[in-house]
Amino acid sequence: MEETKLTSKQFLNELTAKHYDGALQAKAEGKPVAWAVSISPQELFETLDMHVVYPENHAAAIGARKEAMKFIDHAEGIGYSADICSYARINMAYTDIPHAEAQDIPLPDVVLCSANICTTVMKWWENLAKKLRVPLVFIDTPFNHTYEVPDHAVEYLRGQFESAIKQLEDFSGKRFDFDKLGEVMKLSNATCQWWKAATDLAQFTPSPLNGFDMFNYMAIMVCMRGNADGHKLFKLWYEELLAKKEAGLGPWSSAEEKYRIMWDGIACWPHLSTTFKTLKKYGINMVTSTYPESWNVRYETNDLTGMARAYTVNYANRNLDFGTDYLKKLVDQFNLDGVLYHSNRSCKLMDFRQYEVRRRVEAMTGIPTTMFDGDQTDPRSFSEAQYETRVQGLVEMMDKRKAAGR
Amino acid sequence: MFLGIDIGSSSSKVALMNDKKELVATAVVNKGTGTDGVHSALEQAFLKAGITKEDVQFSVVTGYGRVTYKDADKQITELTCHAKGVAYLIPGARTIVDIGGQDAKVIKLNEKGEMINFGMNEKCAAGTGRFLEVMARVLGCGLGDLSDLAQKSDKTVSISSVCTVFAESEVISQLATGETPANVARGAHVSVSKRVAGMCNRVGVEPTVVMTGGVALNADMVRCLSNELSSPVTAAPNCQAVGAIGASVAAYETFMARREQ
Ligand code: SF4
Repeated sequence: MEETKLTSKQFLNELTAKHYDGALQAKAEGKPVAWAVSISPQELFETLDMHVVYPENHAAAIGARKEAMKFIDHAEGIGYSADICSYARINMAYTDIPHAEAQDIPLPDVVLCSANICTTVMKWWENLAKKLRVPLVFIDTPFNHTYEVPDHAVEYLRGQFESAIKQLEDFSGKRFDFDKLGEVMKLSNATCQWWKAATDLAQFTPSPLNGFDMFNYMAIMVCMRGNADGHKLFKLWYEELLAKKEAGLGPWSSAEEKYRIMWDGIACWPHLSTTFKTLKKYGINMVTSTYPESWNVRYETNDLTGMARAYTVNYANRNLDFGTDYLKKLVDQFNLDGVLYHSNRSCKLMDFRQYEVRRRVEAMTGIPTTMFDGDQTDPRSFSEAQYETRVQGLVEMMDKRKAAGR
Repeated sequence: MFLGIDIGSSSSKVALMNDKKELVATAVVNKGTGTDGVHSALEQAFLKAGITKEDVQFSVVTGYGRVTYKDADKQITELTCHAKGVAYLIPGARTIVDIGGQDAKVIKLNEKGEMINFGMNEKCAAGTGRFLEVMARVLGCGLGDLSDLAQKSDKTVSISSVCTVFAESEVISQLATGETPANVARGAHVSVSKRVAGMCNRVGVEPTVVMTGGVALNADMVRCLSNELSSPVTAAPNCQAVGAIGASVAAYETFMARREQ
């Protein structure tokens, strides 16, 4: 069959188009469309066959297409401070200027907020609901201040899921089908397993995975991990990477992997190519980040409590000690030579802990690290010359360490 | 002869080293990347050393303008070059504070004088030489006069804005309400010191702390930083040329290592 010849990259592009076309089509046919936060319990939405679009994905696409400033200027003009997350600024502006060269999305009829990544999304989604006069389904997920996630937090989140189901039933006028939920859960877990297996292949040296691809594939993990297409994509991606690994191939055909680093934080979408090429020029492959695990949302099928746990254990929702240990583990597992921290002006949640995590991980592992200033979508916070100097400084330190045989 | 070139945002520096690893000449020209500053600096240094371009066996370029400069054999970051320069000039130094035109950096060295960590200013010009330039302009004095002026102060005016532009208007209004220029100058030094000290603390300060870059010529600034860090701070000799000196050390070392192979 023709289809089996598709590469995962082609399939990824197809699915992205299908995802957005589906939502636009639904809207055109008068069916309701939702907007949701990235790490949302999409299982609930899939079960109800809802059309869901993810503003963070969309804003990232706008950033990568270098058209963020049109939206950012508008948002700041209507009073959103430059200190607010640029995804939020872009998305709020999009509600007034609903057209982007990168991609159009339909405006929502309901907004779904899962607050397991930060507190910014709470206000952002509240503002969306208020401005667009649509219902808000709010899934409160308190931050885990203790190292382990306490049972009461899991129980609480399960309660939040139950009430969200009720609200979604009322909104859609459909009965929530728990048998179908079981199916979706099964598929979602399987997709996550392929995603994790694929990204874990980067543990081999050289890594068959070019880490920047992870940034791109991730968009589909956000929006399609609970359906057959998503499942197929990540299985295919895994198979391709496995074949590469078995052939002894590294991340790129035109250069060799000389250093293996972790990238902490979100991509710098408006400067994606600069940030990538500068690393590649020195033979640096970004082999991992905190993302492989953030979308490895795994639990026992038919266990709503387990699912609740899976949606509160993500890195962004965990305390400093956990974050530190987690990064330390990545340094060992992925045999890292260094860490590059993206001090992302947008994301207070990630930045606040970054200095201390960096200090501790350095002390625990001895590997060199550096930090650069940027922003996930606001192009103004990044300086190419500063980035280059920091990256080159990192290379010089990694060389020293290699020369000393560590 | 071994040549080190440091092309910064507002000045160009050159150093020449002979094959006994002795410093032969340095030159500093206050014109940075994108100007003919580097050529003037090269000419001056060659003249002082009594050599021509042909006598250079190996050259290393560093600094903000290193990426676009095509005539050197190798390019290295100013981080490593400052580390090498300081290790050459002041053996045993463990922390370097370099305040340049548009960035400030703190470099931590190991016992062998190798860079093991660094921090650089974030987001903006606060805590850099540019901040002091703006302050000098408001105070109506030259950058070189700030130190003498501040030493006449009888108190420190606090400058609360981190932003250089806001700090400028803050200082203007302080002068308007009768603060003396001397006290404001001291305030500017304390403000930069606080920013830089924050960066030092993130990297971890170990003595000896050495200050490099043109700002190290400002004795009052060196003293303010020492106060903030609660640690003695030494101004590097030939402080503006430290990066270029480090680059010449790197040129010497690279050449010797290649010859051994
Ligand atoms: S980038 Fe940070 S602040 Fe913005 S939505 Fe994501 S987690 Fe929240």
